[in-house]
Amino acid sequence: MALRIDQDHSRFKQIVRGKIKANLRKYVQQGEMIGKKGKETISIPVPFIDIPHFKYGSKEQGGVGQGKGEVGDQLAPGEEQPGDGQGKAGEGEGEHALEVDISLDELAQILGEELQLPNIQHKGTEKIVTTKIKYTGIHTIGPESLRHFRRTYKQAMKRQISMGTYDPNNPVIIPVREDKRYRTYKLENLPETNAVIIYMMDVSGSMGDEQKEIVRIESFWLDTWLRHQYKGLESRYIIHDAVAREVDRDTFFHTRESGGTMISSAYKLCRDIIKADYPASSWNIYPIHFSDGDNWSADDTRLCVEMLKSDILPTVNQFAYGQVESPYGSGQFIKDLREHVGDQANVALSEIADKDAIYGSIKDFLGKGR
Amino acid sequence: MPKGLTPRLADLKQEIEGYARDFGLDCFETVFEILSYEELNMVASYGGFPTRYPHWRWGMEYEQLSKSYEYGLSKIYELVINNDPCYAYLLEANAEIDQKLVMAHVYGHCDFFKNNFSFTHTNRRMIDEMANHATRVRRSIDKIGIEKVEDFIDRCLSLENLIDQHAPHIKRNPDPKLAEEQSKANDRVGGFKVDREYMRGYVNPQAFLDSQRKKVEDEKAKAKKFPERPQRDVLLFLLDHAPLEEWEFDILSIVREEAYYFAPQGQTKIMNEGWASYWHSTIMTTKALRDSEIIDYADHHSGVMGTAPGRLNPYKIGIELYRDIEERWNKGRYGKDWDECDDLRARRNWDKKLGNGRQKIFEVRKHYNDITFIDEFLTPEFAIEQKMFTYGFNEKHNAWEIMDKEFRKVKAKLLQSLTNFGQPVIEVVDANDDNKGELRLAHKHEGTDLKADYARETLRNLQSLWRRPVTLVTKSENKGIALRYDGTTHSEKKVEL
Repeated sequence: MALRIDQDHSRFKQIVRGKIKANLRKYVQQGEMIGKKGKETISIPVPFIDIPHFKYGSKEQGGVGQGKGEVGDQLAPGEEQPGDGQGKAGEGEGEHALEVDISLDELAQILGEELQLPNIQHKGTEKIVTTKIKYTGIHTIGPESLRHFRRTYKQAMKRQISMGTYDPNNPVIIPVREDKRYRTYKLENLPETNAVIIYMMDVSGSMGDEQKEIVRIESFWLDTWLRHQYKGLESRYIIHDAVAREVDRDTFFHTRESGGTMISSAYKLCRDIIKADYPASSWNIYPIHFSDGDNWSADDTRLCVEMLKSDILPTVNQFAYGQVESPYGSGQFIKDLREHVGDQANVALSEIADKDAIYGSIKDFLGKGR
Repeated sequence: MPKGLTPRLADLKQEIEGYARDFGLDCFETVFEILSYEELNMVASYGGFPTRYPHWRWGMEYEQLSKSYEYGLSKIYELVINNDPCYAYLLEANAEIDQKLVMAHVYGHCDFFKNNFSFTHTNRRMIDEMANHATRVRRSIDKIGIEKVEDFIDRCLSLENLIDQHAPHIKRNPDPKLAEEQSKANDRVGGFKVDREYMRGYVNPQAFLDSQRKKVEDEKAKAKKFPERPQRDVLLFLLDHAPLEEWEFDILSIVREEAYYFAPQGQTKIMNEGWASYWHSTIMTTKALRDSEIIDYADHHSGVMGTAPGRLNPYKIGIELYRDIEERWNKGRYGKDWDECDDLRARRNWDKKLGNGRQKIFEVRKHYNDITFIDEFLTPEFAIEQKMFTYGFNEKHNAWEIMDKEFRKVKAKLLQSLTNFGQPVIEVVDANDDNKGELRLAHKHEGTDLKADYARETLRNLQSLWRRPVTLVTKSENKGIALRYDGTTHSEKKVEL
């Protein structure tokens, strides 16, 4: 039933949405927000959705309390200043923020609207159809094991009452064949689109924590968008220095190795994974590679380019390469890629100088709508 | 949609109401309505008035209430509205024992609304009035557009605490005619009337005449200043003098009227909740409870009375204070003899068997508000008994800590937090600042600085109503400071106070 408040509620949500949109660039650069991620929703601090008043600063105010404790005891940790209501005191200017929960889907929509991202053309959409069984129906025939007791009973009672054989003093109900009701299933066709992101990251000595943070933030947003576009999204993670190996998500973002860099090792593993698990005809495949642009040798780079051209690019929706600027990297690799595969339609290349650049880089990656 | 009482609940209502009247509670006719939790959350978001004007703020409130209900963090049991007849909303899903408790509680509130002096000037037809407000706001929206109206409401709401909490009881601006006559009568520039000419020098010495003349001139000079004296009802000042359009005037006056309607509830939070709790406790434990309900009752009652270290529960403090007063007046623990007695044993066993406790608390609920209530009836024994303390923020430990348990400090802090409803006092001091039509306000600094970012944003809103630059004089870290917003930029200047 519609309540009168629904209007005001949706107006509030609209305003929140507007605020998020207006501040999106800031959120995109912020790493900490991602840490608060729940399963389906994320909480975002929105500034000044609260109506400002002339009021006392909370830290100087203090107040009167009641309960056990001696002078000098700390109040329970996390105890909020009374009357401060919603919003936790964060760092610096985040102080007056109101925390709003927003679903990742909604966030992706906002991202899409603000960056004007095109919707992705799925491939294989019509081809794969899964059927799902749902027990929702009732039928007059079926196996005894699926008999619906309550319905059957009711049916029998109705019949007996209408026939006048029902005796309230001796309320025995005997169902006959025609009274019986059975649960039955319905088949639902679910068109399914499958997509996989294969993250690759250079973890050689030259990739510092700052660079990894950028990769982390950027991959969060790519993930959010693609998840919005596809129903079932899988993620695979590959790290490499001179050799590549597949790892879980946690290891991916926190490992630090040292040593040389051979990008071809990662591409090789990526190619093998695609071949083994993701037939190109039915999967939307997104390999994304982050590195600081340093490769071991020109020979290895040549090997990479060959592999891209012959094996990877023909099978994937889009191959993305993000080059994170680092004080140690030469940044040569993106130039090589640009030279050899830059003209391919399904290649997206982006240089990410710092956190500010993430915003633009997301557009580079997702702007093609593939 | 709201439903009337089921026959069973109607019987309960009659029963509880009977007990309440027997105890001497004097209530408006009370209408109960049963709501689902969504509806109750909705009504609560509207501040109790389902017919309120449209605004996103209610939506925000609703979102928070619904969430905290869904996560099981909080639950609203009841809502009462100061109106004649008094409206109260019950939660449909509550058990019967809860409904009884809530009804008893509601009659306490209702009696308080009707009898406490703070509410004498409130509109008892507020439900209708709120609906009228909603119609007026909607009409403006239709004419002007939602964006503009909403934006303006936001700005008015930002200033809604700038009212004069005591205005309904006092006439601040004297009637101009009367004032004129009075000033004529006081006009003693010519000196007192002298019957015998030779006495003139004695009755009206030159020094006296000079001082009188100066006084009159000063008053005239003051009259040129505008406003003549600082005005605390900033909203009224804006209504009277800011260049508002008709619809803006309408909306600002709605916001002001509602702020005044709600103000007494803020001034009597402890007393009101305490009174209602006292009566639900008394009615339930002496009359209405059945044996089988006692556990549930105790559970819910203690839930309402629960305290947490950094929070003063008005229900708890209120009910305990009423009980303390009742006991003291029953035993005659007041007056000169009591105050002067310092024999601890005598004090402990003091009982004059006067038995006026009940009568006394009925008087108290009529003539006091939170400030006078605490000021007069909070005793050192009570503060110790209730384990009261002051707390503050310790910069060194970066944590909230218990600061003091000394009675005087606890009381002072409590009173401070209640003064002006815990809001800073801000007045219009000059509407022609710098002779440029700028608005100048002053904050009466009482030891606590304003929240700087909020102050700047609020100033911006104020400026948009006044149209000319606005300045707020306050203190920051013990130095006088003038915050100014001229419509485009904020600036700060040190000032001598």
